[in-house]
Amino acid sequence: MSSGLNRLTIAEASARLHRREFSALELTRACLARIEAVEPQLNAFITVSEKEANEQAVEADRRIAAGDAPALCGIPLGIKDIYNTCGVRTTCASRILENFISPYDATAIAKLRADGAVFVGKANMDEFAMGSSTENSAFGPTKNPYDLERVSGGSSGGSAAAVAAHQCLGALGTDTGGSIREPASFCGVVGIKPTYSRVSRFGVIAYASSLDQVGPFTKSVRDAAIMLRTLAGIDRLDSTCSARPVPDYEKALRGEVKGLRVGVPKEYFIDGMAPEVESAVRAALKQYQALGASVHEISLPHASYAIAAYYLIATAEASANLARYDGIRYGLRVDAEDHNSLYDLTRALGFGTEVKRRIMLGTFALSAGYYDAYYLKAQKVRTLIRRDFENAFETCDVIATPVAPTTAFKIGEKMDDPLTMYLSDIFTISVNLAGLPGMSIPCGYDSNGLPIGMQLIGPPFSEEMILRAGDAYERSGAFTRREPAI
Amino acid sequence: MATINREKYEAVIGLEIHTHLLTKSKMFCGCSTEFGGVPNDHTCPICTAMPGALPVLNQHVIEIAVRAGLAAHCEVAPYSIFDRKSYFYPDLPKGYQISQYGTPVCKGGYIDLPPDKNGAPHRVRLVRIHLEEDAGKNIHEGGHSLVDLNRSGVPLLEIVSEPDIRSGAEAAAYVQEMRAILRYIDASDGRMEEGSLRCDCNVSVRPRGHKEFGVKTEIKNLNSFRFVEKAIEYEIDRQIDILESGGKITQETHLWDPVREVTRAMRSKEYANDYRYFPEPDLPPLIVPPDLVEAIRGEMPELPADRRARYIREFGLTPYEADVLTAEREVSDYFEATLSGLKNRKTAANWVMTEVLRIVRESGKSLAEAVPAPTEVGALLIMIEDLKISLNAAKTAFATMVKSGKSAEGTVAELGLAQVSDEGAIAEAIDRILAAETEKVNEYRAGRDKLFGFFVGQAMKAMGGKANPKVINDLLRKKLSG
Ligand SMILES: [Zn+2]
Repeated sequence: MSSGLNRLTIAEASARLHRREFSALELTRACLARIEAVEPQLNAFITVSEKEANEQAVEADRRIAAGDAPALCGIPLGIKDIYNTCGVRTTCASRILENFISPYDATAIAKLRADGAVFVGKANMDEFAMGSSTENSAFGPTKNPYDLERVSGGSSGGSAAAVAAHQCLGALGTDTGGSIREPASFCGVVGIKPTYSRVSRFGVIAYASSLDQVGPFTKSVRDAAIMLRTLAGIDRLDSTCSARPVPDYEKALRGEVKGLRVGVPKEYFIDGMAPEVESAVRAALKQYQALGASVHEISLPHASYAIAAYYLIATAEASANLARYDGIRYGLRVDAEDHNSLYDLTRALGFGTEVKRRIMLGTFALSAGYYDAYYLKAQKVRTLIRRDFENAFETCDVIATPVAPTTAFKIGEKMDDPLTMYLSDIFTISVNLAGLPGMSIPCGYDSNGLPIGMQLIGPPFSEEMILRAGDAYERSGAFTRREPAI
Repeated sequence: MATINREKYEAVIGLEIHTHLLTKSKMFCGCSTEFGGVPNDHTCPICTAMPGALPVLNQHVIEIAVRAGLAAHCEVAPYSIFDRKSYFYPDLPKGYQISQYGTPVCKGGYIDLPPDKNGAPHRVRLVRIHLEEDAGKNIHEGGHSLVDLNRSGVPLLEIVSEPDIRSGAEAAAYVQEMRAILRYIDASDGRMEEGSLRCDCNVSVRPRGHKEFGVKTEIKNLNSFRFVEKAIEYEIDRQIDILESGGKITQETHLWDPVREVTRAMRSKEYANDYRYFPEPDLPPLIVPPDLVEAIRGEMPELPADRRARYIREFGLTPYEADVLTAEREVSDYFEATLSGLKNRKTAANWVMTEVLRIVRESGKSLAEAVPAPTEVGALLIMIEDLKISLNAAKTAFATMVKSGKSAEGTVAELGLAQVSDEGAIAEAIDRILAAETEKVNEYRAGRDKLFGFFVGQAMKAMGGKANPKVINDLLRKKLSG
């Protein structure tokens, strides 16, 4: 007896909520019912906050009735479990924070709360956002709604799957090397990683501070613009956050791309790319030409060094960021004779394999005698990669690439081979290294019916432009969304 | 220890001074920096390193760092960055300390110490001054280890000297001078007993005349001038002793045991760390624009060394007096506030050094609480200078003022301490005495000079002890010679 309200986009639901066609409580209940129905198979959430969601919905209805409520008022959202949410468990998918109830809200959460959004639950993810499949969660993997034997992508797999499966209308993810875009691609939804510094990181559990960025998952580009409009902007609690004014991203969606110069990096069409992925992206490029854009080849010569640089910089930062989980002040503690043993036992038990691997890699990269050869060299490569993009944007407005070389892979397929797993992010990682905005939009399905994503990359703070380009493609009707099997 | 042959060796000492900065809030969050308080009361998600919390630099810290840099003749870096210094310890919530490694906010510089007993000047050069945050405090009680994070994130300056120091006494003088400077510029309260200023000393010895440094040891966390001096002297002796008996110095970290007055080596596990410094990605670079530096330079207060020189040059004080009066800014400011309208600065200097500082010492209170306002003391000193009261009367008045808090003028009047300078009244009294003591007058005139004191005494007695002694003297001399 589903009302089907949970299948709406944010834009549709918001308009109808404001017309009082249904209530935020009804909409929230539709999402919660859907969660109850599919969670046993999907495992997209670590914590479902039914009681809080209902309370928020009631409050949202009151605001809507009073008039003048923002677009996100009463909209049920999923929140990656990396965001501190006051009073609701925040685990980061780790045993070490399994019972951690945060005393404060992340800025992104506070902004959504202020708009009256409803939080249905904390979405599953790779532990501390380290992974590309959500298999590294201490709470089990999130399945792909299109094929339950396949991964949802990662690290924000729970958020992507929840939106694809209509458990919520939108979701928050974070992206450090592709953690929004790759799962968006695997689950056939829209996911945008804004320019580094566009959205406050305050209260987002840090993986790699110079790369982490907040972003939404939605069912349409318009919805992404609506969410980003609320999320973006200066925050006095994050001194790396940009003071640049926030444009009305929704207003930027004019539906046309005439004259837009689309660059396609030759280095990105590599061996090992699934032919169906390549042909879907090439078809999307044709569509852009049909819409009046020009498409031409560009070069990003240092692309092949991106993964190596990323795994040095990100792990180095992570090795320090994760030092605070020591069993002293909060989270898991395994008591021991002295504090050093307490650290050893707590961290040995609390962290999963991939997290330990990255902490060790990062610790090594920063160690005396290795710093110059690893961390410093990686930073130099990062500069070269940034320059590659600067040069490329001299001749094009937006860069289009596949999001990942393949569609969603089988659960367990890459777990024993971290290096192959790392290659899932080969097209997304350099965007984080360069601090640029990048968006994944669905552009087709493979012969197994699995979604394929196209990535649009722009210069710093060009979110309006890439949203416009994505929206124009979406509206052109070249791609028809198929509902997942679940 | 056997007798130590100090003549053969020269000690080489460099100091790292850590001082809390006088900011109201912590370095990266809004929590109070107030000393003490209920454990963990002054904390928030940022200074307890909750997941996801980020640091935001307190702008006041920059200003203080620039003041310190200018006071110590440093080059203030227009661009510096913060680094993470990683190590695990229960009182370090993030598992790293935000510090500055490659690019300190101030480079180079020096301070001049007051000349030593032989009058020799001494300049100690600085390597750098950088900003960092303090850690919390571990408390061990009842078989438990507890952590208090009230101090976690309190801003610190670390001031690193060149190895320009040669003895424990010099080291203590350096710390004293640096502390005075930091207090003059409102950078630090300098309360060593509360741990708001503490220092680490690097000590090595080498045969006199040698250029190369010996192997050094580090003595950590000394929190008084006396401990600095004693610990260094002990360490110098210990090292010479080892070398003399054919041993080798091990590079290690020592702690000073103030009870047994020895240093002891920490277990290597307690300090052997690879800190894995790397740039703090959560903070933008620290930009100090030149116009900010110039604005701060324009508002710099006079520093102790400059004051010392001025007191000697302009007030004619001895180097010792200048030293005592400038050691604490509070005392120096007090002294200067007594000077208004006063001709003889030396009187004021003596008064502050003896009377005022004695009361402060005896009362155990702060200067402001212990003694009358400096303007009142100034008023008292002017009365002495104008011969309105005697020195002894002034002391009596001062003692009363300390207790009553009343004004100088009121107290002198109330106690009837004012001297009579009315020549007519004094002349009358003298005439009466001389008329009554004709025999002694004749003896005096015949050459018994000693009788002059007798006449003064009689005159003073006749005036109830309140006559101006100078007027008595002048009149007596005139009348006796007449
Ligand atoms: Zn705090």
